Parts: sequence; C-alpha cells; structure tokens
Amino acid sequence: MGRPGLAVMDGHGCGFAGELMRRALLIAIPYVWLLALFLVPFFIVLKISLSDVELAIPPYTPTLDLSQGWAGITDFFSQLDFENFVWLTEDDLYWKAYLSSVKIALISTVLTLLVGYPIAYGMARAPTEWRPTLMMLVILPFWTSFLIRVYAWMGILSNEGYLNQILLWLGIISTPLTILNTNTAVYIGIVYTYLPFMILPIYSSLERMDESLIEAAEDLGCSRLKAFWLVTIPLSRPGIIAGCFLVMIPVIGEFVIPSLLGGSGTLMIGKVLWEEFFSNRDWPVASAVAVVLLLILVIPIVLFQRNQQKQTEAGQ
Amino acid sequence: MSIKTLTMTAIVALGTSAAFAEEVRVYNWSDYIDEDLLKKFEEETGLTLIYDVFDSNEVLETKMLAGGSGYDVVVPSGTFLQRQIQAGAFQELDAAKLSNSGNLWDVIQERTAGYDPDNAYSINYMWGTTGIGVNVAKVKEALGDDVALNSMDLVLKPENMEKLASCGVHFLDAPSEIIPMVLQYIGEDPDSHDKDVIGKTEEVLLGVRPHIQKFHSSEYINALANGDICVAVGWSGDILQARDRAAEADNGVEIEYHPFAEGSLMWFDQMAIPADAPNPEGAHQFLNFILDANNMAAASNYVYYANGNKASQEFLEEDVIGDPAIYPNDATMQNLYITTPYPAKTQRTVTRLWTKIKSGT
Repeated sequence: MGRPGLAVMDGHGCGFAGELMRRALLIAIPYVWLLALFLVPFFIVLKISLSDVELAIPPYTPTLDLSQGWAGITDFFSQLDFENFVWLTEDDLYWKAYLSSVKIALISTVLTLLVGYPIAYGMARAPTEWRPTLMMLVILPFWTSFLIRVYAWMGILSNEGYLNQILLWLGIISTPLTILNTNTAVYIGIVYTYLPFMILPIYSSLERMDESLIEAAEDLGCSRLKAFWLVTIPLSRPGIIAGCFLVMIPVIGEFVIPSLLGGSGTLMIGKVLWEEFFSNRDWPVASAVAVVLLLILVIPIVLFQRNQQKQTEAGQ
Repeated sequence: MSIKTLTMTAIVALGTSAAFAEEVRVYNWSDYIDEDLLKKFEEETGLTLIYDVFDSNEVLETKMLAGGSGYDVVVPSGTFLQRQIQAGAFQELDAAKLSNSGNLWDVIQERTAGYDPDNAYSINYMWGTTGIGVNVAKVKEALGDDVALNSMDLVLKPENMEKLASCGVHFLDAPSEIIPMVLQYIGEDPDSHDKDVIGKTEEVLLGVRPHIQKFHSSEYINALANGDICVAVGWSGDILQARDRAAEADNGVEIEYHPFAEGSLMWFDQMAIPADAPNPEGAHQFLNFILDANNMAAASNYVYYANGNKASQEFLEEDVIGDPAIYPNDATMQNLYITTPYPAKTQRTVTRLWTKIKSGT
C-alpha cells in the first residue's frame, strides 16, 4: 500500500512538507476506508458476540454506559466472555451448516466457471465492434432487481411452471419434475445470478491477451487445443481466480437464493444465521456465527495471497 | 423575549409538528387489508400513509427489539405482543383518542387480555385459526373419496403423507404454531413449555418430514391457488384467499379450509404503537379508523378473517359471518386452544428442534 507514495517521491517543484502531506493522504485513504467500512462494523459484531441475551431493547447485555466513566468501561469489559463461541462447538448444527455452505459454494463456483469461461472466450474472440454490445448483454440483467429475477426462476421451475410445461408438451417427461425447492434449483439460481461476476474478469484478461502468442504456439507445432491449454488458460489465470473469488465468497453467505428456490432441507450458514437472529432472538450467538463465517472467508484468502506473492517473488 | 422571536418560535414549532403529522407508517401482515381502505384513510385524515408488509412475527419482533423501526403502528400476534410488551417495545394506548373503541367485542377482548393485561397496549385487528387447506379433487384422488379433510391424520400420518407428497404439501414455517398442533395430536397439552414433552413432537414430525415439500408462511396462498400444491397447513384467511384466487382464475382448482377436528390453535393479531413511534398522534388516528365498524367490516370482507369488532358484524357479508371456517360455531369454539410465549431457554429448544426437523441436522 506504500507504493503510490514511492512514485510521488521523485516529483519536482513541490515543497518537502507538501510532498509528505500528499504521501500521507494517499496512504491514509485506503486505511480509512478499511477502518470505517470493515474494522469498525467488525468490532461492533465482535462485541455483541461476547455479550449475553436479554429481553430488552436492544436484546443483549451489557451495553456500554459511558456516563459512569472509567468504572462503566471496566464493568462493561468484565462482563464479556467467549461463552457463545463455546456454544457453537457444542452443537453439530453449526459446523454442518458451514461445511454445507462451503460445499454448495465450491460446486456452484465450478459450474459458473464451466459456463462462464466459454462465454467470456467467445466475447473476447468476437469482432471488436460487437464486443460493447455483448458486454452490454452480460450487464443488462443487473438493470432488473435481483429479487425479481429470482422470483422469475420460481415461475420457470415450479411444478406448473414453464419448464415443466415445455418438457411435458415435447413429450420428454410424462409427470412434472420437482425442481423448485430442491438443491438443483439453488444451483441454477446461483449460477444464473453470479455468472456476470465470472464472465467479466475472465473476459478482461482474455481480451488483453496478445493473439500472436497463439500463432507462435501453433507455428511451433501445438494443436489448437494444446495451445489453448498451454497458452490461453495460463494467461487468463488472474481472471479465473478473480472470478472464482467474486462468486465463491458471496455464495458461502448467500441467504436469498436458498430461501426462495431451495427446499427447507437446504442447509446454509446464511439461514442458520437468520434463525439465530430472528427465531431465537439471540443476537450474541448470531454475531458469533458471523464472526466465525468471516474468519472462514478471510483466512483462505490471506493464505492464497501469500502464496501468490511467494510465487511472483520466486518468478523474479 | 420579543414578539418577533416568539412568533418565529411558534412558526418553527408549528412547522415541525406539521412535518411530523404528515406521515403515518404502518407495518402489517402481507395480504391483510383491503387497499381501498388505505386510500380512504388518507382522504379522511389528510395524512400520508406508508404501508409496509411482513410475513413472519420473527421479522417484526427483531425490528421491535432493535428499536428505531420508524413505524407508528405494528401488528404482532398475541404471544409475540406479550413478550415485546415485557421488553418495553410499546406505549400505552390513549383511550381518549380512540372514540370508536366501544365497538370492540368483549368475547375477544377477554381472550386477548391474557397477552395484554387490560388491553392497555393493543387493539385486536383480526383473529383466526391455524388449520388445513386442501385441493379437494387432488386429495380425494390420492386418498379416496371418503377421506376426512379436517383431520390431522391427513398431514401427520406418514402413510397419508406418502400419497400426498407427489402433489405437494406445505407447512407453515412457524414452530410456535406447528409444535402445539402436534402436541394436541398426540394428546399432550398444546401449550406445554416442558422440553421433554416438546421433544415428543420430533418423532411425529420426522415421520412425515420426507413428504413435506416446504415450510413457508406465505407462499402457500399462491401455490394452493395455482394448483402447485394440494395441501397446506396454514392460516384460515390465507387459505380462504387462495380459494377465492383460484375461483377468480377459474382454473378448475377447488380449495377448502377446515379447522382441525382434533382442535385448532386460535391466534390474535393485535395493533400496537411502538414506544418510539415518530407519530403516535397519527397512529391513534389510524387505530380509530380501523376501529370504525364499517372500515373493519370492509377489511374482513376482503381478507376473510374474523375480527374483534362486535359493531362491524352487521356489515359483514354472509359468506364471512356465516362461514363457520371464519366465525366458528360454538362447538368448534370449544375446541380451539391458545398458547403463551416460550421463555428464552425453551425457545432455543424449540428452534433447534425445528431446524432439525426442517433440515435433518
């Protein structure tokens, strides 16, 4: 994060103090952003996760009472404990829900990649004048509310829905397929909703690719398939990785799609969180679930980035 | 203080109170009012009405306990109301501002006083039963012509549910209603708060679980009306609305509602004013508007739920007041039971049991 500052170092004509100010400002912006939009909310949730339930407004205790000065603050901290995190380990519901969410997220990321890559490839290989139109077509669904699009799928997938009617009419099936309210419907909904997040980064990395590299590979005796495998795929790797992260991370915590399209048996951590929060009115346990979910999401990303950094360093 | 400052203060004060009086925000259940009434309220009072809807007590309760919901009138059911009163979420009603409160029905008032002592915090909006909605033709096709459509056996006996599974069965996603129902079925006290007694429902529910397509508290209205499902355990008026939507669509679907022969849960939806309501004055105006006999009758005629307004009964249509599924006769009335709120620990047991039943873990 210090890099933008380094570039400013060799600027001319400015006073040293001004230079320092600019540097500090440039470095400060991302930190303030991180603090205000990530760390502060995180600490609020963490604080609630260490509290106890109470029938009151808000429904947990203790609440910070600054009017009593220092005594109030120490009293507040002495009442916090990790009881709720211990509770999460005592009931197998939670880790089962985490695992099931991760599984659903992994499968749907792979499916989205399989569908999204050919589309992105097709777009990048299309004539230049078509590309803005194709790009528009990918983005167009965002102009309609996400909720309405998921509702539309309910109309398509239900027992009396369009899909079953068409299949019945074609004579492919004789009794309607039950798709809505099953995990299949959840996968369909997720792949449909998150597809643009996979296509766009892959497209942008493929579009920048130098096509003469493929020609070179073919001149050197590669078949088209082999050239695709050895040249195109590795060069689009940053796009694939970005796309996979953009799909997988939000899917792990997904709530709307499984609750609208999934059956009651679809176990996901988003739903467990909802139940803790709404049915049990247990904000502290709900917050503990959220904190653990965050750790589950953040740790692999940090490990992955370290690994990437090492690879780049080794490459240099 | 000079006259000028005085006038200025007065103007500012008037300005702010006028700004507050402009809007009344109401948070009510989905499909629960004749929308013409909303326009009528705005015309009569000159207030702007902002009307939002929910479909589960839990969502409303979370908003109430978080505080600062911004709503002036909300409609929790009895047990939820009781708990939220304890949490300090509501303000006492000002009887002087409710000139129509004489219209209320003492029979219902006596029962709601169990949740809200002296009915100090709430008025009854509507009440109903939790029973069964059936697509008559499909159920008879699956189980034979002489099946009892009003028996819990239909939805709690695995051999029946196995045959109904292919045409689709929905249950309410409301443990506080389904668990008492199962307790009633196995001959226990439906209002039991004993963990071991509540635990007995698990076996019954897991037995039929594989044949339940979904637990949801509002989707079944359309699903029944479209013929997507053939049985729903749901709320009286919602199922009657499904019946009417199917009749309007003329799609050959015939829906019936029955309270359970074994006894049904009776519930009450109460209108109350949050403690931090931005416009309590407007909220009282809204409550008084709803208490008007004609308005209340219009709402009931539209949504097919019984109300707690004695004076409105003369304006009710015959297919509402005369329908024992809506206004139960004395025999059915004897058979209805009510429940009280679960304490926090029991609530956790109930929710956990419910998750286990729904998701198998």
